[in-house]
Amino acid sequence: MRRVIAKVGKEVAFYLAIAFFVGLTTFPFYWMLITSLKSNPDLYNVTNVPFWFNEPPTLEHFRYLFEQTLFGRWLVNSLIIGVCVVVITLIAALPAGYSLARMTGRSGEAMGIGIFLTYLVPPTLLFLPLSRIIANLGLQNSMWSLVLVYPTFTIPFCTWLLMGFFKAMPVEIEEAAIVDGCSVFGAFIKMVLPLSLPAILTAVIFTFTLTLQEFVYALTFISSSAQKPITLGVATDLVRGDIFFWGEIMAGALIASIPVAIAYNLFLDRFISGITGGAVK
Amino acid sequence: MAAVLATNIVKQFDEVLAVNGITLAVPDGEFIVLLGPSGCGKTTLLRIICGLERQTAGDLIIGGSIVNDIPPRARGVAMMFQSYGLYPHYTVRNNIAFPLRTQRASRAEIDRKVKWAAQLLGLSHLLDRRPRQLSGGERQRVALARALVREPTALLLDEPLSNLDAKLRASARQEIKQFQQRVGVTTIYVTHDQVEAMGMGDRIAVIEHGKVRQVGTPAEIYNEPADRFVATFVGSPPMNLLARNDAYLGFRPENFLPREMVDDGNGGVTEFSFRVDRCEYLGSERIAYGVIEGFESPQLITAKLPPAHVAEESIRPGEWHRFAVRNSALRYFDHDGKRVNRS
Repeated sequence: MRRVIAKVGKEVAFYLAIAFFVGLTTFPFYWMLITSLKSNPDLYNVTNVPFWFNEPPTLEHFRYLFEQTLFGRWLVNSLIIGVCVVVITLIAALPAGYSLARMTGRSGEAMGIGIFLTYLVPPTLLFLPLSRIIANLGLQNSMWSLVLVYPTFTIPFCTWLLMGFFKAMPVEIEEAAIVDGCSVFGAFIKMVLPLSLPAILTAVIFTFTLTLQEFVYALTFISSSAQKPITLGVATDLVRGDIFFWGEIMAGALIASIPVAIAYNLFLDRFISGITGGAVK
Repeated sequence: MAAVLATNIVKQFDEVLAVNGITLAVPDGEFIVLLGPSGCGKTTLLRIICGLERQTAGDLIIGGSIVNDIPPRARGVAMMFQSYGLYPHYTVRNNIAFPLRTQRASRAEIDRKVKWAAQLLGLSHLLDRRPRQLSGGERQRVALARALVREPTALLLDEPLSNLDAKLRASARQEIKQFQQRVGVTTIYVTHDQVEAMGMGDRIAVIEHGKVRQVGTPAEIYNEPADRFVATFVGSPPMNLLARNDAYLGFRPENFLPREMVDDGNGGVTEFSFRVDRCEYLGSERIAYGVIEGFESPQLITAKLPPAHVAEESIRPGEWHRFAVRNSALRYFDHDGKRVNRS
């Protein structure tokens, strides 16, 4: 009997702990959802219980977002920027990561660390010199400036991530392909790429999320509403005067975060194998 | 004509001289084994032959033409790696077909050759599996099939048996050898295992510190070792060595027998006083370890005694015995370790 109680207690403690963390991580989503569906009178009455509806829910904020603001445009902008940056990042980081992993000796290791260090320089310092470059290229106040700038932090990160993965891949597979009739590049395309799909997927999701959540560069380089990505648009254009229209802001944040959350969940298993790929032989 | 000819090959890695001037000719259809301890440069030599490494100096000739600057894919050699290097995302069929596809062979030819290779190696029922669904022995056969399917000028094998357990190893050894004889492909086989080398090679090249110490048939290597290294590397237990005036006297453990078991024959015998320290019973033979009176020796002296002839009681640890070697079985080495005819 005592053993049963101990076992049940253990289970309960386990699920309580899980419930605590699940609550901690899902609460922001819940808050976004409920806020975006509340009517304004409900939102701004401080005597109301904030955790549930006190008046009937409404889609008014969503309607406002799509009809009265450029929200749809911002979504598309973010998507275009995200896709472009992902493509640019992969084109640079795949060969870079591969050559650092395979074709250089000790110097390659130092270069790999050096590349990762550049990722650690904060954008709040870098936007000063970068703004000069953007201005010289005539890209100020255009979302293409972000397509140009975002790879400066996504490429180092992904190069480093992919390098770790390639290093853990047995080199015999490529060598066998080379002896069997491939060029080095052919072996890379036919063997390395298909076998490193988990790592590539990880790089894609990371890159896409990083571009989606970036704020500082967008804020400094872009001022016209039609060119803004979603992070910037929601934070700047939805605050009218000095009033925060929480319903619209939360609706915007919710729409922006749901696709990423779904993407993460769909690829979770591959994602984990991509992150831990280089850790254990 | 030699299928593979290496002349004075040198390979220098940063500070390490991995291959130090190796010259080796492998005739058409021969099974040659590169034998040496780990780190001796044998795998590096193999990688140079297949083109995965570029030699620092020297010429490499395969099938009659110099291939120094020819990429691996154009050399017409096939290599089987220690870990097999199978393509995990391909089925067995596609693994075997891959070298043909890169050569742009026709679909009919690919089908025919894959079928031929699969049948030869008993893989026909596994063609649609993936490498991870195969046992170690099956993987090895897939790697062999993939190496052979395009009929290479030379087949290079890098310690192909080291991933198999001991039991499987014996049968795989047999399989590879039989198979090579049937197909008649020139084969260069790298191993550190002298049993594999002796059992499989038409000839053996013993390599140490990036140099070829001796090339010869297994019998030549065993009976007429060119130097101290070959004498002590090949044979289990290795050749006994006695130091004498800055030179060495060597004899095989199976030739070192109790005096009464050695007949004088022509050439006479040399007698020694042998103190047995330890005996090992191995079923078909008994090995006695000990020291010889009056001589210095780099290692313990061993005697291999056929148990039928030596009752357990007659040779006991701690006792001195009269042992002898026929003079014709004695080998002499100078102070540098080189074999000399008489000392």
